[in-house]
Amino acid sequence: MSQAETMLAATEASSLRDPSEILRVEGLVKHFPIKAGIFKRTVGQVQAVDGVDLAIRQGETLGVVGESGCGKTTLGRTIIKLLEPTAGRIIFEGQDITRFKRRQMRSVRRDVQIIFQDPYASLNPRMTVREIVAEPLRIHGLYRGGEGKRRVEELLRTVGLSPEHANRFPHEFSGGQRQRIGVARALALNPKMLVLDEPVSALDVSIQAQVVNLLVQLQNEFGLTYLFIAHDLSVVRHISDRVAVMYLGKLVETGNRRELYETPMHPYTQALLSAVPIESPNMRGKRKRIVLTGDVPSPANPPSGCRFRTRCWKAQDICAVEDPELKPRGGGSHPVACHFAEVMKPLDVVGQAAAS
Amino acid sequence: MPDPVLSVQGLTVEFKTEDGIVHAVTDVSYDLFPGETLGVVGESGSGKSVSVMSMLGLIPIPPGKILSGQALYKGRDLLTMSKKEIREIRGGQVAMIFQDPMTSLNPVLTIGDQIAEAIQVHHPGTSDADARKRVIHLLEVVGVPSAERRYDQYPHEFSGGMRQRAMIAMSIANDPQVLIADEPTTALDVTIQAQIIEVMRAAQQETHAAIVLITHDLGLIAELADRVVVMYGGRVVELGDVYTIFNSPRHPYTVGLMSSLARLDMDQEWLKPIPGQPPSLLNRPPGCSFHPRCEFSQGRAICRTEIPPLRGFGEGGAHLSACHFAEELAAQHVSTAPVGAGDASS
Repeated sequence: MSQAETMLAATEASSLRDPSEILRVEGLVKHFPIKAGIFKRTVGQVQAVDGVDLAIRQGETLGVVGESGCGKTTLGRTIIKLLEPTAGRIIFEGQDITRFKRRQMRSVRRDVQIIFQDPYASLNPRMTVREIVAEPLRIHGLYRGGEGKRRVEELLRTVGLSPEHANRFPHEFSGGQRQRIGVARALALNPKMLVLDEPVSALDVSIQAQVVNLLVQLQNEFGLTYLFIAHDLSVVRHISDRVAVMYLGKLVETGNRRELYETPMHPYTQALLSAVPIESPNMRGKRKRIVLTGDVPSPANPPSGCRFRTRCWKAQDICAVEDPELKPRGGGSHPVACHFAEVMKPLDVVGQAAAS
Repeated sequence: MPDPVLSVQGLTVEFKTEDGIVHAVTDVSYDLFPGETLGVVGESGSGKSVSVMSMLGLIPIPPGKILSGQALYKGRDLLTMSKKEIREIRGGQVAMIFQDPMTSLNPVLTIGDQIAEAIQVHHPGTSDADARKRVIHLLEVVGVPSAERRYDQYPHEFSGGMRQRAMIAMSIANDPQVLIADEPTTALDVTIQAQIIEVMRAAQQETHAAIVLITHDLGLIAELADRVVVMYGGRVVELGDVYTIFNSPRHPYTVGLMSSLARLDMDQEWLKPIPGQPPSLLNRPPGCSFHPRCEFSQGRAICRTEIPPLRGFGEGGAHLSACHFAEELAAQHVSTAPVGAGDASS
């Protein structure tokens, strides 16, 4: 039994056969080889995702937050097998899809769609909006004459565009509208789940809110399940039912959004929340601010034990030796991977400036 | 009030493109006072960067064209200076911090030599040894650890956050009076951003420079700015003290922008977006550029026909808004400021 499995058995035994669960990931690992020299010998591994367990229920939104290089994008892509996992299991609707080949994946792909960050790069500039939205239908042999045309127009209306937009090209649209086109395309096959990789970070603030509301409305309407990957902690709080915080290839804390934002227990989560500038000058110097020293270590050569220890103000000897398991600790109800987990409330007003 | 160190008056900049004329900046005026931090906030295409870059001769001409206006630095107009004169000021008394330090640092020179060069260009008499000593001091000010050793490293050996520190060290190398920071933390992660915010504070303490902080990030503005200029569609739509702008905005765009934010500190059922799309600068709406998206205009004719002038409010008229109905907004508007809005501003 791997460590991950032991942990699952220990902490989530009750939910193992939860019928409402749509996706389960166990001990997921994705390493990228580093090649060097004229013979392209493998000289190391970038440990982008290194033992992730998570489960998503039908109709819920799981937010994954973390900074650049933490592996959140790789996690999303490995879960839907755009990247082949190095180890671990991916179970979609009770079916182990880890070793599925292309052909077998076709039916899964209908059910799980992905939306990318950059609406400027993810739409083919030579195709009309109609062709872009119809493409998944054609690939799956579901586009038939007048009916297909009506379906495309219906999809455009669903995402707040007008059917007259169908004959235009992507460059004629603003960023927010392009992201709507991407959403229409993703919805074409009536998926059950969407993996959303930074879907609003390329958009202006006033437009972000439009797209976020659209996603929430679509979820309510079609009962969609979302895996929402982003670095923006405010947007993730708004859209997620549960949140997972990722650092250097591992989840360090998971919980429902209240737990995670109001009573975070992992030092990294606390630092992350305390670092976000709040949009109110009245809050200047009235929040505890944890300024971490140093940078994120390289995922090709992560620290031993707890990966966060090199930037952690609580680190002790044990942190370098023993990788802390993700499990409920210190009387808390949600799983956290820290030997010294304890509640701190980084969003609370603390009067005049505390430690900085 | 002291004399402004930088005063922009009626600046209008256009770009000629294949599709027509882009009205990037129209009749923009503001003052920058010694030692203050002035936030210039707006979304993409609002003209916030162009308005500042054009003053420093940093926009390509053509296709760019400065149609009118003045940018007085200590009483001298930057816009009419020769290239040689402006080069002497730029990087010296007026310095810049850009968004992406990787593209603004020279990859084939060591970090230390680049900063030393910046010093020696503006102070030709400086010996190499003195320049090195000063650079090491600057690297320490911005929190680059083991500055002595780091001096001889190349940009690729620095992480993103460290590179931005090096950029800031370079920008303050010649004790600038004015520091222009264009999205200085946008490319950085939030924990690194928190470090750079501290570094900017340290840099300002070291030099007493006035900072123009150009950003789309209202959090950064709330954290660092003393006064705020809000831009929309190439024009200034609101200007005032940071507490006034956040606690009692008087332009519907500013109100909309604040209300559209997702909040870190509370759960919201729905976000409140500004409807519609930002204006095309090729073909701006007539009258107030914001009127097609404005819930407050309620179809009133004047919003469609007349460009609202920037008008003063309150004591001393230090709060300016370009809305025909700003007074009505004042009466109706309940503060949108997030957390702590009930606290008295310090």
